[in-house]
Amino acid sequence: MKDPVDVLIIGAGASGAAVAWSLAETKMHILCLEQGGWMNPAEYPSTGRDWEAKFYGEWSSSPNIRGRPEDYPINDDNSPIKVVNYNAVGGSTVMYTAHWPRLHPSDFKVKTLDGVADDWPIDYDALTPFFEENDRMMGTSGLSGDPLSPLTHPPMPQQPLGLSGAIIGKAMNERGWHWWPSDTTVATMDYEGRARCINLGHCTPACAQGAKSSTDITYWPHAVRAGVELRTHCRVREITTDENGMATGVVYYDKDGVEQFQPAHVVIIACNGVGTPRLLLNSASSRFPNGLANSSGLVGKNLMFHPYAQIYGYVKEPTDSNRAPPTCLWSKEWYDTDLARGFVRGYGVQFVRGAGPVFEAVVSEQKGILPWGADHHRIFRKLNGHRLGFSAICEDLPEEHNQVTLDPVLKDSHGIPAPKIDYTISENSRKMMEHALARGREILETAGASDICVNSPIPWGGWHLLGTARMGTDPERSVVNEWGRSHDVKNLFIVDGSVFVTSGGVNPTSTIQAIALYVADQMKQRLANLFD
Amino acid sequence: MSAENQLTRAQRDDLRTIAAMIVPASDAYKVPGADDPAIQADMLATLGRDSKLVAAALDHLARLAGQPFAELDAAKRDVVAQEFRSSGGGAAATLVRVVLQCYYRDDRVLHSLGLELRAPFPKGYVLPDGDWSLLDPVKARAGSLRRVP
Repeated sequence: MKDPVDVLIIGAGASGAAVAWSLAETKMHILCLEQGGWMNPAEYPSTGRDWEAKFYGEWSSSPNIRGRPEDYPINDDNSPIKVVNYNAVGGSTVMYTAHWPRLHPSDFKVKTLDGVADDWPIDYDALTPFFEENDRMMGTSGLSGDPLSPLTHPPMPQQPLGLSGAIIGKAMNERGWHWWPSDTTVATMDYEGRARCINLGHCTPACAQGAKSSTDITYWPHAVRAGVELRTHCRVREITTDENGMATGVVYYDKDGVEQFQPAHVVIIACNGVGTPRLLLNSASSRFPNGLANSSGLVGKNLMFHPYAQIYGYVKEPTDSNRAPPTCLWSKEWYDTDLARGFVRGYGVQFVRGAGPVFEAVVSEQKGILPWGADHHRIFRKLNGHRLGFSAICEDLPEEHNQVTLDPVLKDSHGIPAPKIDYTISENSRKMMEHALARGREILETAGASDICVNSPIPWGGWHLLGTARMGTDPERSVVNEWGRSHDVKNLFIVDGSVFVTSGGVNPTSTIQAIALYVADQMKQRLANLFD
Repeated sequence: MSAENQLTRAQRDDLRTIAAMIVPASDAYKVPGADDPAIQADMLATLGRDSKLVAAALDHLARLAGQPFAELDAAKRDVVAQEFRSSGGGAAATLVRVVLQCYYRDDRVLHSLGLELRAPFPKGYVLPDGDWSLLDPVKARAGSLRRVP
C-alpha cells in the first residue's frame, strides 16, 4: 500500500496547476495525477509543412476525432455543440486561443440585477487579487484602461493591430461601437523564460515558440521545483470514501494500465465541467448511491457551453490570414442586459484575423462559395488571405436539463464509463445569437466584406465546460460551498469550471484559474480546521 | 499496409478523376490540377486515418456511376459528381478535404499564391503594429462597467 499524501490533485490543466503551485508553499506532500503526459513542442503542428492537415486528425480539438491514448470518448450525439478539450500536462491550455477576458463584476450578481439564474456566493472583489496573481504567473499582454472591461494590468504590451485589426477598428469606429485590444496570454516580449510571439499563426493547437502561455510551461515548472509531485499517464477511476463519508484516496490506472490505490487526506478535483461530474458519478458507492458529493442531485446538471455565433466575410484588402495569433480584439458593446434587444444578459465578441489556405479551401468548399472546376482558382484567390471574422460568446444560463451523465455503453480504454452530454440551446440564447449575427453582418458590411457566411452555433465549439458542480451556500442547491469544498464530503474540493454558477459572456480560463487560486488561499487560511 | 495498397486500382483512378474535377490544372495561374502525379502520391501516402472514409466515398461514387467513374464521359461525370457531393455525407466531405489539403501544400501551388514554401516555425511572420490612434474615438467615448449593488 502506498503512503498517503496530504493533498491529491486530479488533473494537471489550468486549475490543477494553479492550485498545486499555490499550495506548494505549505510544504505538504502534494501529488497530482494526470491522465496525459508532458508535451513536446518539437512535435507541434507549426513545425511542419503539413501543419493545417494535422488539425483534422491527431491535433483536432475534439477528443473523439483526435483519439489519442490519453483521451476519453464523449457521447455528445444529443448536443448541437460538441465538446472540445485536451488531455495532457497543461490540459486545455495547450490547445486554446489564449484570449484572456475576465468575468465582469455584474456576472456574479445575475439574479439581483436581472432576476434570472442565481447570484454567486462570492463576488468579483474576492477574486481580484487572484486575477492579478494569475495574470502575472500566466504572463498576459494587453492594454490597460478598457472602459467596458474590468481593470487589468497586463505585464506586457498588447499584440500588434496588424492588417485585420486596422480594418475592424475602422469599421467599429464608423459604427460608433466599442472595441479594444484583447488581453491575451500571448507573450509580446520575452517573459519569464518564454520567448516572444513570432506570429506562427495558429495559437489554438499549441505554440512551438512557447509564446502562448500554457500551464506546462508556466505554473508547473514552479510547482515541481517547489516539491509538488506530478505523476503522468495516470487515469483516476474513482474517489473512495470511508464509513464517515470522508474521501480516503483514489483508484487509478498507472502508465502500464495497472490498477493502483493512492490514499490521501485531501482530494482536489480539477477535471473541468465534463471530467469532474464524470468522476463524481463514477465514484458512486453504497453510502453515495447517486454519485459522490451529489446529495443535491446537481452533479452534472446545469452544463453551460457558451454557444458561439460566428459570422465572417471577405474584404478586398489583404488580412493577416494565418500569419498572426487568431484573436486580437474584443468588443463589450453588447455585454450587459438591454431588454429592448429581446433577451436577457449579453455576449462578448472576439474578432478573428483570418485563416490559412487549407482551412480556407476546405471550409469555403463546404459552404458552397468555392466552386469545383475552372473557376476554382479565381475564386480561391479572392477568398484566401482576405477573411475577417466575428464570434459572439453568448452567455448560457444554467438549465438543469443540460447535463453530463454516464453513458450506459460507451467506455474509455480502461473500461471506465464515458460521459454523455444532453444539451439544447435555449430560446434566450437563440435570440442572443441572432442579435449577434445581425451586428456582425453590419460590421462586416461596413468593412466592405462580401460572401458572408455563418456558423451558429460553431458545432465543434464546446471549449467552455461550466456549471456541473456549482458553488453555493445552500447544500440543496449547490455541490460545493463558497470556498470550493464539497457540502457532503468535507475533505473533497473542486477548483475547475464546474463550480461556475453562471457563465458570463467571455472565455472563462482566467476566471477558472483565479477561482483555483482563491480556493487554495481559503484552504491555507483554514488548515487548522479545514474539515470543520 | 500503405494507403496506396488500401485503395484498389479502380478507386485510385476514380480519386484522380474526381480530384481533377475539384481542382483542374490552370495555364492562367500556372498551377497543376489535383490529379497531378506528385499531388496524388501525397494523397495516397498520407491518407492514414482517413483511408476508410475515402474508400467509402469512392465506393459511393462508383455506385452512383454504375461503372468505374473514371470511364464515364464528361457530361455523365458532371451529373454523378454533383450527386456525389450532395448525397455523399461525411465520407464525401472527407475525400474533398483530403484533395484540398494535399493540393494547397504543393510547392507549385503555394508559389502561385505568393506564399513561402516553409513551415511557420521557426521563422514566423512579421505583423505590422498598426495605427493605434484608431483607438482614440473609443477612449474619448469612454463608458463604464455596469454598476453592481
